[in-house]
Amino acid sequence: MKVELENLSKRWGNVVGADSINLDIQDGEFVAFLGPSGCGKTTTLLMVAGIYKPTEGFIRFDGRIVNHVAPKDRNVGMVFQSYALYPHMTVFQNISYPLKIKKVPKDEMKKQAQRVADMMGIGHLMDRKPAQLSGGQQQRVALGRALVKEPALLLFDEPLSNLDARLRLSMRGEIKRLQMELGITSIYVTHDQVEAMTMADRIAVMKDGRMQAYATPDELYDQPRTLFVAGFVGNPPMNFLDVEVVREDGEYHARCEGFDVVVPPHRGEKIVGKGKVILGIRPEDITIADQGIAGEIFVVEPLGRDDLIDVRLGEAGVHVLADPTLGLKMGQTVTLDFNTHKVQFFDPQTEKSLLWTD
Amino acid sequence: MATTILRQTQDTAFEPERGYGVRRVLGRSIPYVLLIISILPIVIGYAWVIIATFSYRTRGLLPIDANGNIGGFTLQNWTFVRDPEIWRVTLNTFGIAVGMVVGVGFVSSLAGYALSRMNFAGRKGFLGLTLILHAFRPEMLLIAIFHVLLFIGGIPLIGKWFGFNTVGGVALVMVSLDLPLGIWLMKGFFDNITWDMERSALIDGASRFRVWWEIILPQIKPGIAALAIFNFISGWNAFLVPYTFTLGAKVSNLPVYLNRFSEDTAMVSWNRVAAVGLFSLLPVMIFFIFTQEALLNIYSGGAKGGV
Repeated sequence: MKVELENLSKRWGNVVGADSINLDIQDGEFVAFLGPSGCGKTTTLLMVAGIYKPTEGFIRFDGRIVNHVAPKDRNVGMVFQSYALYPHMTVFQNISYPLKIKKVPKDEMKKQAQRVADMMGIGHLMDRKPAQLSGGQQQRVALGRALVKEPALLLFDEPLSNLDARLRLSMRGEIKRLQMELGITSIYVTHDQVEAMTMADRIAVMKDGRMQAYATPDELYDQPRTLFVAGFVGNPPMNFLDVEVVREDGEYHARCEGFDVVVPPHRGEKIVGKGKVILGIRPEDITIADQGIAGEIFVVEPLGRDDLIDVRLGEAGVHVLADPTLGLKMGQTVTLDFNTHKVQFFDPQTEKSLLWTD
Repeated sequence: MATTILRQTQDTAFEPERGYGVRRVLGRSIPYVLLIISILPIVIGYAWVIIATFSYRTRGLLPIDANGNIGGFTLQNWTFVRDPEIWRVTLNTFGIAVGMVVGVGFVSSLAGYALSRMNFAGRKGFLGLTLILHAFRPEMLLIAIFHVLLFIGGIPLIGKWFGFNTVGGVALVMVSLDLPLGIWLMKGFFDNITWDMERSALIDGASRFRVWWEIILPQIKPGIAALAIFNFISGWNAFLVPYTFTLGAKVSNLPVYLNRFSEDTAMVSWNRVAAVGLFSLLPVMIFFIFTQEALLNIYSGGAKGGV
């Protein structure tokens, strides 16, 4: 099912939940709403589900405006962060509840619930109560209940937040596989950028009720449209430096105290003469080299595969991913090479990208 | 080396128990002794009631016969059970108690849900007013209620059941006096259930009424049971309202009946009063035995986080 949100807003008095959200979701697409707590992603999701009535704007399912359609008539399935299993019902009763309401005949109901439960790997737990299940099993029951009525749209509200790290990883893969196999259009709300990046076809990044960007994971990563997106997407986060870009001897230099790099012309020419700008560069695009900009190591944080080191360059500092075998120590002086083909530039006032604005 | 250290610490750890065994026992029993002493007057009171109901007379806790000798057990205090009037009165009492349970339970579980979950004009004011209403003593309202009951009595059909000097009327007044507290309690129970539960059921296709009945109510069963028990007991023990708004044994209830016993102009037989009192206590005790499990049975939910 195709979903379109047009100018969608939700306000409670002066409190803005969501502010003019515009986006479209193709049939079978997996879209993530990504943003910090209170950014309006769950509000938007609940409007799509029909729980909240939009203050303004339209929600269209396959071109049909559904603003005033009750949740039960929208044919959506939803998985909640708290799972929201009915504690007084068994797993079977939980999963088959949507079918019971639809008045599906008993035999048919049993067959369908069993099929979904088997698919989720909980077919043997049908007689248990939710309290007798582990977190991962409860999650599967919730997913099964959302899937059993074969919805045209699946909504996920931070479904993995309550699981431990390992389980989260495996459930992430399972949900993605399931979504692809069933081909159900899905919206996935999360504050975890890794979840969004790994699972979604497209990501809507939100902040303070507004949509900051709506793009594929790669595009978000390589061409962030705003300072917020650049800082939010990617782990460890992007480094930001206040610089000025000047042209000298036919080369573009990005400079601040203790820092001076040459920027490729196709990026530099857009920035030159704009005064103070913010330069962004990801930790993995900075390498420790024999030559380059010198700085002192402030902290070394071992991450296992890499060491995350904080290097002081005059007033500023950058995070760099380094090979642990180098054996870097605090207080040591290193020289850094910046891959300037990957640098980003942002306007400090508007916080918009100076490279990717259309 | 390590094992010796472990053994040493163990030895020292157990030392005091061996050395000061008597003091330990004494120390442990002091709280019990204090507790027993403090509840003794109440226990003695109940013991007296039970003994007195089967005695001709009592001296202290000892039953005595007409000549003042120990003994003299008798069933004569219980002869009132052969009087059909007591059964009619018991039935009335039961009617008031059940009316309280059903009336308060039904109205406050609906009103509590609406106040907890729905947004409507005047919601805040209503909540505040409910709380203020609870602060009113029934005594202050007696005259006003009397007029209301007289008015209801004038309405055809309804008046016959809920007017002045009817069991229904007493139950109605009792229900309305207890509703503010009931509504507040129920609202509290509903507030404790996650919104997700409701949203989930709505998306699953349930109507609002069905969500209330099938999803939310079963989860606050212990709360409903508690409310029911309190209402049953307060309905069963109701005195002021039935005493004021009923005339004669036909519509009387047990506490009023008991009161009439002790204000007879003839000499009061306290042993008979005790017997009627014990009689009126039994159903409440039986009711409590059957419902206490529901009170203690607290659900462990299937929801994580944000509960």
